[in-house]
Amino acid sequence: MVDIPYEGIAGIPPAEVPDVELYHPRSWWTRYVFSQDAKVIAVQYALTASAIGLVALVLSWLMRLQLGFPGTFSFIDANQYLQFITMHGMIMVIYLLTALFLGGFGNYLIPLMVGARDMVFPYVNMLSYWVYLLAVLVLASTFFVPGGPTGAGWTLYPPQAILSGTPGQDWGIILMMSSLILFIIGFTMGGLNYVVTVLQARTRGMTLMRLPLTVWGIFTATVMALLAFPALFVASVMLLLDRLLGTSFFMPSLVEMGTLSKYGGGSPLLFQHLFWFFGHPEVYIVALPAFGIVSDLISTHARKNIFGYRMMVWAIVAIGALSFIVWAHHMYVSGMFPQFGYFFATTTLIIAIPTAIKVYNWVLTLWRGDIHLRVPMLFALGFIITFVNGGLTGLFLGNVVVDVPLSDTMFVVAHFHMVMGVAPIMVVLGAIYHWYPKVTGRMLNDVLGKFHFWVTFLGAYLIFFPMHYLGLLGVPRRYFELGDAAFIPPSAHSLNAFISIVALTVGFSQMVFLFNLTWSLFKGEAAGGNPWRATTLEWQTPETPPGHGNWGKELPVVYRWAYDYSVPGAAEDFIPQNQPPRATRLVQGAAS
Amino acid sequence: MVVALILLLVAIGSVLFHLYSPWWWTPIATNWAYIDHTINITFWITGFVFVAVIAFMAYCVFRFHHKEGRRADYNPENKRLEWWLSVGTGVGVAAMLAPGLVVWHQFVTVPADATEVEVMGQQWQWSFRLPGKDGRLGTSDVRNIGSDNPMGLNRDDPHAQDDVVIENGDLHLQVGKPVKVLLRSVDVLHDFYVPEFRAKMDMVPGAVTYFWIKPIRTGTFDVLCAELCGAAHYQMRAKVIVDDEREYHAWLEQQKTFAELSAGKAVVKATYQSGGN
Repeated sequence: MVDIPYEGIAGIPPAEVPDVELYHPRSWWTRYVFSQDAKVIAVQYALTASAIGLVALVLSWLMRLQLGFPGTFSFIDANQYLQFITMHGMIMVIYLLTALFLGGFGNYLIPLMVGARDMVFPYVNMLSYWVYLLAVLVLASTFFVPGGPTGAGWTLYPPQAILSGTPGQDWGIILMMSSLILFIIGFTMGGLNYVVTVLQARTRGMTLMRLPLTVWGIFTATVMALLAFPALFVASVMLLLDRLLGTSFFMPSLVEMGTLSKYGGGSPLLFQHLFWFFGHPEVYIVALPAFGIVSDLISTHARKNIFGYRMMVWAIVAIGALSFIVWAHHMYVSGMFPQFGYFFATTTLIIAIPTAIKVYNWVLTLWRGDIHLRVPMLFALGFIITFVNGGLTGLFLGNVVVDVPLSDTMFVVAHFHMVMGVAPIMVVLGAIYHWYPKVTGRMLNDVLGKFHFWVTFLGAYLIFFPMHYLGLLGVPRRYFELGDAAFIPPSAHSLNAFISIVALTVGFSQMVFLFNLTWSLFKGEAAGGNPWRATTLEWQTPETPPGHGNWGKELPVVYRWAYDYSVPGAAEDFIPQNQPPRATRLVQGAAS
Repeated sequence: MVVALILLLVAIGSVLFHLYSPWWWTPIATNWAYIDHTINITFWITGFVFVAVIAFMAYCVFRFHHKEGRRADYNPENKRLEWWLSVGTGVGVAAMLAPGLVVWHQFVTVPADATEVEVMGQQWQWSFRLPGKDGRLGTSDVRNIGSDNPMGLNRDDPHAQDDVVIENGDLHLQVGKPVKVLLRSVDVLHDFYVPEFRAKMDMVPGAVTYFWIKPIRTGTFDVLCAELCGAAHYQMRAKVIVDDEREYHAWLEQQKTFAELSAGKAVVKATYQSGGN
């Protein structure tokens, strides 16, 4: 046993920074639309991300209709299919998951969890959202421009991304690049805010090692994003220049549809290196906030401190650092210098160790807990299963020579959907069930929630687990139709049809969730300030939903770490972070 | 306890699916059974971890779910347990990585007796080229591409004259002979993908990439493109036929050389001495 929970109770350092003067809205417009309150901005981010996420969901239905029942739906052609997969991937990874975890959960939870009144730069924070909205609108506009959105795949590999053999070569690719550039500008404004707020605006007593893991996850992911997105930014600018001004950063001499093009001397692999230098950290930019949040969900609903807190923090930091030296595992069969394979396979498999430690500590937190199987906990359990599954298949693809037969097959599609699609979305959904009462003051309906969980979890597993075996068989990804291929048996087509039916079912079950969100807003049971009896600061606000400035007159003072659940001797099974030691009610007869 | 049971069934069901589902890799046609073995090792280790973690989790849910009066333990850390789990994970990772790196070394080390063939990708078809009698492929450049020179060979290079050029045809390989497959593209990224070969590699315009294989059984195999290359990506097909020695030479004699195909040049027959190289 160690002494983290009680260290430093006596000496809370004096506040070095005076309380901040906030911008106070004077009208409905500045309160709810051009708001500088992080909580409103968080809801704006979340709603915008969910709206564009619904577009991605519909695109996935269209893709599954085509894959499950090729030739049946005449309104889907090969070009559109490529446009659907491209937009689905890009929306889900960047405009939904990144924006929701950092812009949504980050904005809502960071100031509340560290005991701040707001983000440190509220005006820049507001701008961040509006630039993000602009990026989303530019992206969505590509559905309506001549030629439609780009069909280059979400990886946007040149030369094909900007040549005429790919749909969306006119406007689609130009607007895609523009939208990404906007997104990165918007994100940078928000990201600097999150980092500085965590570092500078924590309340008295909130040491770094007392932060809830949610904050550690979002903080580390934001630092990573600030370092990784510039690579995508320059890649986007260079590709845009290649497309518009005829530069040749990524374009070698080539023949376009039978005639020699004007390009020459560039390197397609340079783009891939830039893209994946961003793209691999991006996986963890989505995963680390999920790791942090799920730790808090498990701890709260198992009424037990997170097991191995310090190891959990170091694992998050180690994963974040290592993720910058593994990017070329996406490029084992790209034609890069083959000797790189040894290095990148080794670094990639080393990442498995801190990641495995996190998994062990989650399940060890359940050991001898008092597990309340409420909806957020169910989603946390669903996360562990899908994440372990997807993480383990990553050991196949990371191990360079094993990747050779599996790359570019449905195995890869199944792997990344399991590990960075389904798993983080399990956390997003669990987190919404968990924090909805704080945001709205009302509980979500439990019966609908459980129905939503079981259909989503079991359905998603039935979609993506068998899909690995299609990839093992050799079925390639990004195929409009499989056509005649002797190695693909008829049973593989039946499996595809099955997967499509399950996918549509899971998709429609999200409508139940949307109904629950809307219905509970008006009719949900009143939540009170701390319905889960949780320890972290956001549950200790004087008002629910928290008012402007979060804390009323006095900022909270923190006396302990975030995980004082079921402390021996204490009468309650949780002690809030801001509860002074003397105020803790003890079991009768026990000494502290 | 229903939730614990369902979680356990997910793990058991996954294992049963793995063992009994009809979808498995294609019968291998090259020397890369090593890759299949490495995948099998990985399946065993990861399968064990998967079942162990889920079973432990299901047990916890079964044993420690909330009941009136239950109170959780207070147990912040256990250095020794965390240390042992890390070491155990490290050992498991090393057991997968080590064979993987050994096989990768074989994969990138082309044997000296491998003959070269060239595969060229373009939107959306395959072309193939074999070195002629001189055993060397001539140089090429996309700037040379024209209607009578679809692969862009260098007309001034004597090594190019006897190269066998196969446009819109199938590639034949001889069983048992190691071959270095040189890969080239004239427009966008492609990937020469034959599932039964296990090996694959992207084709990058402006560069020549490669992999090597030794076909171990005869047969006809589908060639697919495995790197998204535009609208008709899914239709970019060809076939590779692995022949025995006699069939292979019979096929080879019918092929035309670059010199034969390009007008006004000396005719060189694409024949080999009996027994080949």
